[in-house]
Amino acid sequence: MQLRWSTILLPACAGVFLLLLWQGIHLALSEDYRFLLPTPGAVVSALFEHAGPLGRAALNTTYGALLGFGLAIAVSIACAVLLSLSPLIRASLYPFLMILQMTPVIVVAPILVLWVGAGLKSVIVITFLICFFPLVVNTTQGLISTDRNLVELFQMWRASKLQQLVLLRAPSALPYFFTGLRIAATLAPIGALVGDYTAGSSAGDGGGLGFQAIIYSSQAKYPALFATAAITCVLGFLFVAVVIFLSWLTLRRWHDSIERTDV
Amino acid sequence: MASVVQLTDIQKIYDSGEVKVHAVRGVSLEIHRGEFIAIMGSSGSGKSTLMNTLGCLDRPTSGTYLLDGIDVSKLDRNALADLRNEKLGFVFQGFNLLARTTALENVELPMLYGRRRVSHREMRDRAMHALEIVGLGKRADHFPSQLSGGQQQRVAIARALVNQPQVLLADEPTGNLDSKTSVEVMGVFQKLNDSGITIVMVTHELDIAQFCKRNLIMRDGRIVSDVQVANRSRAEVEMQKILAAESQAKLIDHA
Repeated sequence: MQLRWSTILLPACAGVFLLLLWQGIHLALSEDYRFLLPTPGAVVSALFEHAGPLGRAALNTTYGALLGFGLAIAVSIACAVLLSLSPLIRASLYPFLMILQMTPVIVVAPILVLWVGAGLKSVIVITFLICFFPLVVNTTQGLISTDRNLVELFQMWRASKLQQLVLLRAPSALPYFFTGLRIAATLAPIGALVGDYTAGSSAGDGGGLGFQAIIYSSQAKYPALFATAAITCVLGFLFVAVVIFLSWLTLRRWHDSIERTDV
Repeated sequence: MASVVQLTDIQKIYDSGEVKVHAVRGVSLEIHRGEFIAIMGSSGSGKSTLMNTLGCLDRPTSGTYLLDGIDVSKLDRNALADLRNEKLGFVFQGFNLLARTTALENVELPMLYGRRRVSHREMRDRAMHALEIVGLGKRADHFPSQLSGGQQQRVAIARALVNQPQVLLADEPTGNLDSKTSVEVMGVFQKLNDSGITIVMVTHELDIAQFCKRNLIMRDGRIVSDVQVANRSRAEVEMQKILAAESQAKLIDHA
């Protein structure tokens, strides 16, 4: 992972430009409409003003996102191993994976509330549902894309299915797994937020950023709403950064892959 | 000299329903310990089928194959795989090394299966010894991507050696290598053969076959020529020639 000056300086310049543009648009609006786009300064001060509830909400959302994401990783790996066993299993189960992916969260949320109740449990399940598909599809693809020659070599040695999985298929599936993980990492905080928005609960200070968004928009606290959006954004970046770091740690010894990965 | 391979009237017919392909039509062949054989022939000549038969990867339709005195045709699949792991070492054109795995761990792989259980310590020692034989003792912790093509093939040769096979089978081992690296790899084979290891390789390059002791040529499923190599190439000598030619070329470049 090489960091050149341009990878820091260029986005920083673009960021400053965008902030100025933002401020400019605010000033260009007539006074009646300025509430539509609070200034960057107003957003930052709202961030400090509401630091207590926003911080608590951010922690709750992170917690739900992490649990849902972790659950998705564990279940998707188990499913991918199962799916990689035979084309017949894949043919039988893939349509149902698609159905799982196609069903909108908005519809699932009320059902979940009915089944497990509003709050953290629902948030976890919704995060899981959103993260699961890219993980299981990529990992399965990785497990079945192993070099044919190497598979034959292992069969020639009469390696067991387990040995084949551990020594050959799993390592060669790693780049695919991390691709899925990176997609899922961007989705996890969004999943937790949407879950919180649609099936969250503020009982016992359990509300997350989604709940906070509902409150601020109903109270017309728009700078605070923008601040909520900013925190979500940072949360997403953190998730992806951690995954990229893990992927770098794991794959760096394997030159080909790291050079081909546009981090 | 004891014969390690004894093929008698081997026939192989591939039957894909409508078409029958007579790939090998009655091959008898005796290979003694310490021989170094190149099998040549155009594609479709039956050399790959013969190689697969020798490697116990494919059963002949008729004929007998004694490997180290054991009648291969009487064995079931599992016994065949065990025999293969015990008696034969394989080297391939495309190296077939695991990418995310060090040279040493790649060489350890063939010891993980079958009936003989080897302790972790012994695995390490034997793999290290095999790497030292091919001159890569100092590269044990390198990954394939950190090694040249010739070095990767040497790791593959070490892997083929690690179970101390009776016969080393190599399928176009220099097929993916440039001529200088090919000579380097043939040097490793010659060194191994000098120390008593029996080697059978398939090649379509005549100059590579000249490094071996005995040349077979196959055509239409039969062995049509079986000769001892008269003017055998020695890898050290050929390497000297290549290096001399290279430095000559550099002098001309600089002039």
